[in-house]
Amino acid sequence: MTNTGFSRLALAGAVMLATAGTAQAKMLTYCSEGSPEGFNPQHYTTGTTFDASSQTIYNRLVDFKPGTTELQPSLAESWEVSNDGRTVTFHLRHGVKFQSTDYFTPSREFNADDVLYSFNRQLDADHPWHDINGSYEYFAGMGLPDLIDHIEKVDDYTVKFHLTRSSAPFLADMAMDFASILSKEYADQLMEAGNPEQMNQQPIGTGPFEFAGYQQDAYIRYRANPDYWRGKAPLDRLVFSITPDASVRLQKLKANECQIMAYPNPADLGELKNNQDITMKSAPGLNTGYLFFNTTEAPFDKPEVRQALSMAVNRQAIIDSIYKGAGTVANNPIPPTIWSYDESTQPIPYDPEKARALLEEAGVSDLSTDIWAMPVQRPYNPNARRMAEMIQADWQKIGVDAKIVSYEWGEYLRRLKEGEAQTGLMGWTGDNGDPDNFLATLLSCDAAKDGSNYAKWCYEPYDKVVTEAQSINDRDQRIQLYEKAQSIFRDQLPWMPIAHSVVYMPMSSSVTGYTIQPTGSHDFYGVDLKD
Amino acid sequence: MLNFLFRKLLMIVPTFLGVTIITFALVHMIPGDPVAIMAGERGLSPERHAQMMAQLGLDRPLWQQYLDFLWRLMHGDLGQSLVTHNAILSEFMSRFPATLELSVCALIFAIGLGIPLGVIAGIKRGSIIDHGVMGTALTGYSMPIFWWGLLLIILFSGILGWTPVSGRLSSSFWIDTPTHFMLIDTLLSDAPGAFMDAVRHLILPAVCLGTIPLAVIARMTRSSILEVLGEDYIRTARAKGLAPWRIIAVHALRNAMIPVTTVIGLQIGLLFAGAILTETIFSWPGIGKWLIDSVSRRDYPALQGGILLIATMVMIVNLVVDLLYGLINPRIRHQAE
Repeated sequence: MTNTGFSRLALAGAVMLATAGTAQAKMLTYCSEGSPEGFNPQHYTTGTTFDASSQTIYNRLVDFKPGTTELQPSLAESWEVSNDGRTVTFHLRHGVKFQSTDYFTPSREFNADDVLYSFNRQLDADHPWHDINGSYEYFAGMGLPDLIDHIEKVDDYTVKFHLTRSSAPFLADMAMDFASILSKEYADQLMEAGNPEQMNQQPIGTGPFEFAGYQQDAYIRYRANPDYWRGKAPLDRLVFSITPDASVRLQKLKANECQIMAYPNPADLGELKNNQDITMKSAPGLNTGYLFFNTTEAPFDKPEVRQALSMAVNRQAIIDSIYKGAGTVANNPIPPTIWSYDESTQPIPYDPEKARALLEEAGVSDLSTDIWAMPVQRPYNPNARRMAEMIQADWQKIGVDAKIVSYEWGEYLRRLKEGEAQTGLMGWTGDNGDPDNFLATLLSCDAAKDGSNYAKWCYEPYDKVVTEAQSINDRDQRIQLYEKAQSIFRDQLPWMPIAHSVVYMPMSSSVTGYTIQPTGSHDFYGVDLKD
Repeated sequence: MLNFLFRKLLMIVPTFLGVTIITFALVHMIPGDPVAIMAGERGLSPERHAQMMAQLGLDRPLWQQYLDFLWRLMHGDLGQSLVTHNAILSEFMSRFPATLELSVCALIFAIGLGIPLGVIAGIKRGSIIDHGVMGTALTGYSMPIFWWGLLLIILFSGILGWTPVSGRLSSSFWIDTPTHFMLIDTLLSDAPGAFMDAVRHLILPAVCLGTIPLAVIARMTRSSILEVLGEDYIRTARAKGLAPWRIIAVHALRNAMIPVTTVIGLQIGLLFAGAILTETIFSWPGIGKWLIDSVSRRDYPALQGGILLIATMVMIVNLVVDLLYGLINPRIRHQAE
C-alpha cells in the first residue's frame, strides 16, 4: 500500500471512530476480583460485595469524602448531636430520586420512611423484613443493636436517632456500607408481589449507577443514573468484568479488555510501573498487620520481654521481601491515613544486641514459644507463613526458639480467640476510618474478654483513655486522647506492629478522575475516559 | 437389550447412594465452619456463633443432617445456598450451560484432532510423524492446566493479540442470555459480531481443557489401531485387494474405536475436574468456579448439591457409553443377552 493510500485509510478510520464515539455510549470496564454475594449490602461484610452494591447503587446518610476518611453530607444535608451525645438528628436532603429501571418506577422522592425502613429492618427482630435474605452481621458486629435505642421520624425530612449512650464513632458508622439507604416504596411493592427476595437481586438505590444486569462469575452491568442528585456520572455505562486471577486481570488490562483492575500481584508492580500505557495510582491502605503477644501468659506479661522480642525483628527486611515495596513499616496500631495518627512515635529500632540484654534483664533465658501464622493471604499480610519464618530466624539470633503453628482460617480464628497462641500474626482492616475502630476495637478490655483483642491485653491506664475518647464528640479533645493512647501502646507493646500495606490501582492511561479510597472501596463516580 | 439397560440402571441406585454419603462426609470434613469464615478477623461471641449455627441448622448431629439432606433430595430439593440464599438447583442451572459449552467444545477439539492424529501415528508407526505426535501428546498430557492456560493467554492474547484474554463475551455486547449457552444466545440476539466474538472467547479455554483428553485419545487410538492392523481380517481385506483407505476407515477404525470410546467416556468425568481449573484461569462462569468459591466459603448445600449433580452427570455419561459399546460392537450386545 502506498503512503498516501495508507494515510487516506487512516483518515477514514479516524472519521469513523469519531462518529462512532459520539453515537456510542461512554463505557468503562473494571476487572473486579470476584462475584458479589448479593446486592443488598446490609447482609454482607466483604469489600467485593460492597463495591458492586453500596458504592455504585446506594448512598448513605453521610459518606466519606473521596480519598479521605472524613465525613461529608450525603442523603443527610446536615446533622446535629445533642449535648449529652445521646440524640443525633439528621436533616434529610430534598429532591432525591430513587432510580427508575425496567423493574421499578418510583412514585415519590426519598424521605424519612426510607431511612426508618433501612435501619429498622436490621434493628428490630419483629420487623416484617428482618428475616428476609439473611442476617445483619456487620450492623451487629459494630454494636449498633445495643447502641441505637430507637429511631424517630420527626417529619418527612427529619430523623432522630436515640442512642443508649454517647458514642463519637456513631457518625462514622453511618457512612459504612450496611448503612446504605434502600427504598421503602420498592420494598412494599416487592412484599405485595410476594417476592421480597428480589431486593437482594435487583437493587434500587439513590446512587450514581443503576443496576442493569448480572451474570454470576461473569459480569455486572450498570447504567449511569440520569437523575443522580450530585449530577450524572461522566460514564454512561460501567461493567464489572469478574476475573478472579490477578495475572489474568493484568493481561486483560494490557489488552484493553478492561481499563482499571483491582489487586495486582506485588510481583507484577515493577513491570506495570514501566508500562507507558498504564498509569499506577497508589495510596496507603487502611490496615495494620501485626504480631500479638498473649499478654496473659508468662513471660509475655512483661512489657520488657515484648519490647525485646520486637526489637529483635528486622521489620524493614520483611517489608522488602514480603510486601515487595507495597507496604510501609508500622509504628502505631493505626495507619497514618487515620486522623489522630501520632507522628512523634519513636520507631521500634532493629537492635538484636539490646534485645538480648533486655531479655537477660527480665530474667528470661532459653525461651521457647510459638508463632502462629494464618493460612490465607490478607490485605495486611500477603504471606504470613513466610513472615513467621523470618521472625523465627530473627528470634533464633537472640536465643529464642519458636515453632510455627498454622490452622485452617476459621479454626485459626477460633483458637486465637480462646487464647491458645503465645504469639501470632494477625491484622485488621478498618471499617469506618475512626481511630476508635482500631484503638478500642482491638485493644480495649472489653475486646479482650469477648472481641478482637487477640493479645488479651487489658491495661487500665490505656483502657480509661480510649473509653473516654469514645464518649466525647469534640474532635480536638479526641485527638489528644488518642495520641496519649498511642504513646501508652508504644511503651507497653502488646503487639509488634509490622506493616501498613499500600494499595495499588493500575489503570489505562485514558482513565481520568479515579481516586483511591482509604476504606478500600472502589468508587467510579467522577471517573471519565479521555478520547 | 432391554434386560441389559435395566441391569445397568439398577446399578445406578447404590452408586448414587454411595455418592451422597461420600459427598456429605467429605464436605463436612473440611475444617472450619461457614459462620466463622464469614465473621473473619472481627469474630463473633460464642453465643452469637451458636445462634447462627442453629439458624443454619448446622448444630444438629451429622447423621440427622444427612437424613434431612437425603429426605429433601428425594423431594427434588437440593436446599439453599448459605451465602446467596438462592436455590442450589437454580444456581447450578445458571452456570452449568457454561461448563457444558466449554466441555463439549474441548471434547470436539480433542476427538476431532486426537483420532486422526492417532490413526496417522499408528499407520506410520516408527516414522518421524509417529514420534512427533506421540512426543507432543506426552508433553500435552504432562502439562499442568493452570500453567498451560496462562501460557496460552500470554502467547495468543498478550503477544499475538489473536484471541481475547478471558470471559465469554466482550463487555461491549449487552445482550440477554436466556439459554445461558453463549453460542446460542449470541445467535438469538441481533447484535452484529456477537457470535464470532463468543467463538473467539471459546478457543483458548477449549484448547486448554481439551489438551489432556486429546493426548489420551491420540495415544489410545494409535495403540488400538496398531493392534487391529495385526488381525486376520485385515489381512483378508488386504488380500481381497480393498483400497487401503477403505481398510483403515471401515475395517480397522470401527474395531479400534471400542477402547477409544471407553477412554472418551472416562475423559468426560475428568473434563469436569479439569474445567474447575480452566474456568478459574479464563474467568469462565461455570460450575467449577462456583464450587471453588463454595469450598472457601464452606457453603455446604452448594457443595453437596453441586458435586451430586456432577456425579449424576458422570453416571449418565457412563451409562450412555455402555450402551454405545453395544451399538459399535454387536458381540457385547449379544453377550449381555
